[in-house]
Amino acid sequence: MSVYQDIKIAASDGVCAVIGPMTPALFEKNCARFIDGFWVTIELILLASVIGLGIALVTVLARLSGNPILSTIAYIYTYVFRGTPLLVQLWIFYFGIGGLGEEGLGPILWAFFKDGWNVGLLVLTLNTGAYVAEILRGGLVNVPKGQMEAALAYGMTWLQAMRRIMLPQAFKIAWPAYGNEVILLLKGSALISTITVLDLMGQTRTVFSRSYNLEIYLYAALLYLLLAGLITFAFRRIESRMAG
Amino acid sequence: MELLGIGPGGWGDDLLRGAWVTVQLALAALSLGLVIGLAMAGAKLSSFRPLNWLGAGYTGFIRGTPEFLILLLVYFGSESAVKSLLAALGLEIDFEMPKFLAAVLGLAVIFGAYACEVFRGAFQAVPKGLMEAAEASGMSPWLAFRRVRLPMMWRYAIPGLGNLWMVMLKDTSLAAVIALDELLRIAKIAGETTRDPLLFFFAAGVLYLIMTALSDYGRHRVEQRARRGMPA
Repeated sequence: MSVYQDIKIAASDGVCAVIGPMTPALFEKNCARFIDGFWVTIELILLASVIGLGIALVTVLARLSGNPILSTIAYIYTYVFRGTPLLVQLWIFYFGIGGLGEEGLGPILWAFFKDGWNVGLLVLTLNTGAYVAEILRGGLVNVPKGQMEAALAYGMTWLQAMRRIMLPQAFKIAWPAYGNEVILLLKGSALISTITVLDLMGQTRTVFSRSYNLEIYLYAALLYLLLAGLITFAFRRIESRMAG
Repeated sequence: MELLGIGPGGWGDDLLRGAWVTVQLALAALSLGLVIGLAMAGAKLSSFRPLNWLGAGYTGFIRGTPEFLILLLVYFGSESAVKSLLAALGLEIDFEMPKFLAAVLGLAVIFGAYACEVFRGAFQAVPKGLMEAAEASGMSPWLAFRRVRLPMMWRYAIPGLGNLWMVMLKDTSLAAVIALDELLRIAKIAGETTRDPLLFFFAAGVLYLIMTALSDYGRHRVEQRARRGMPA
């Protein structure tokens, strides 16, 4: 972990040494902070989108499994996480559950909940998992029913048919919507700055509280736009490859 | 449970009052956001190139920037803009941006960017022949827009706008960070005062869930009404 931290610090120093002189003075002065926060944001959305996708897969399988208990649990999970604001979810987990303290949570849970980064990752993952599950469900509904029937007639089990026939096609249909969801995740991730995480938004707010200069927010906006642009670009590239 | 009751000992009435502020905030931002969205859709569809650039720049910026950042930018930005305007006029008045107004502006600016795309799609979905027929019956362009295109556009726009409403209703919670006394902020204060944050954030979550469930139902009804007479 510490080697990784060293690499991150070296990387942000390097980036700032190169781009620093080209940027406005206010940015150059706080460059290391911006780049550090930028990394934290990238790490979180990468982890949350990958783990969230796993949760979404399990959820959508549970939802469509035909088992009333599993499907009800999956329904309630997606309904609650899509029906309440992300900020409320973050505060319930961090200030609410985390606020129970070591005596309320026990040493293991407390070790997890006392760190805003952990809670932020957990909530972002659960939140995006619920949205992606709905997106995948939409994709699955649009795969012709006959495909499932044919797969079952070939002797595949329901899970095999899902994994080999239905989900790959659903994924292809849902891909653009999934790309949008990753952008929403990126934008939503700014809210973890309210639970003490120094992501890009957290660093920006720290710098702003010292300088009270609005330019700071514009620089942060540009960095977010850059990241959103990169994500959009990557998704379009993969989409055209899938089509070809 | 007593803590959630109505009256001096309980916070139930305060939470409900906060929820009412949330609803007002969302409705005000919706009204302003629809106007911004229509205007920006007009800019994007206009044949005047600089207006196209304005529309594209606006929607591109908003859609790639966190809502939270935009809200803070609008809040601090509008305050300092008014301050420097007052200074330029030589007035020595201290100005503090009303938080409700700042939140409405911020949410409307976000809503407008997404609504703009919905309106643009709806504008283009109105069959060309309808507009040609309106013109052939002697309607002026403005009359044809008002009587034919706008009513038709609404029907195409309603599902998209319904989605945006749900998103914005949840985004109103961001106003808690600029200390506007809406539902989430009241829950935060209650939690800090009683040292039971979990209970109050949970209660706030339930109230948000009720609001989104009611909206979902309303959206469904409005969509059905907008679809009447349309081929499935």
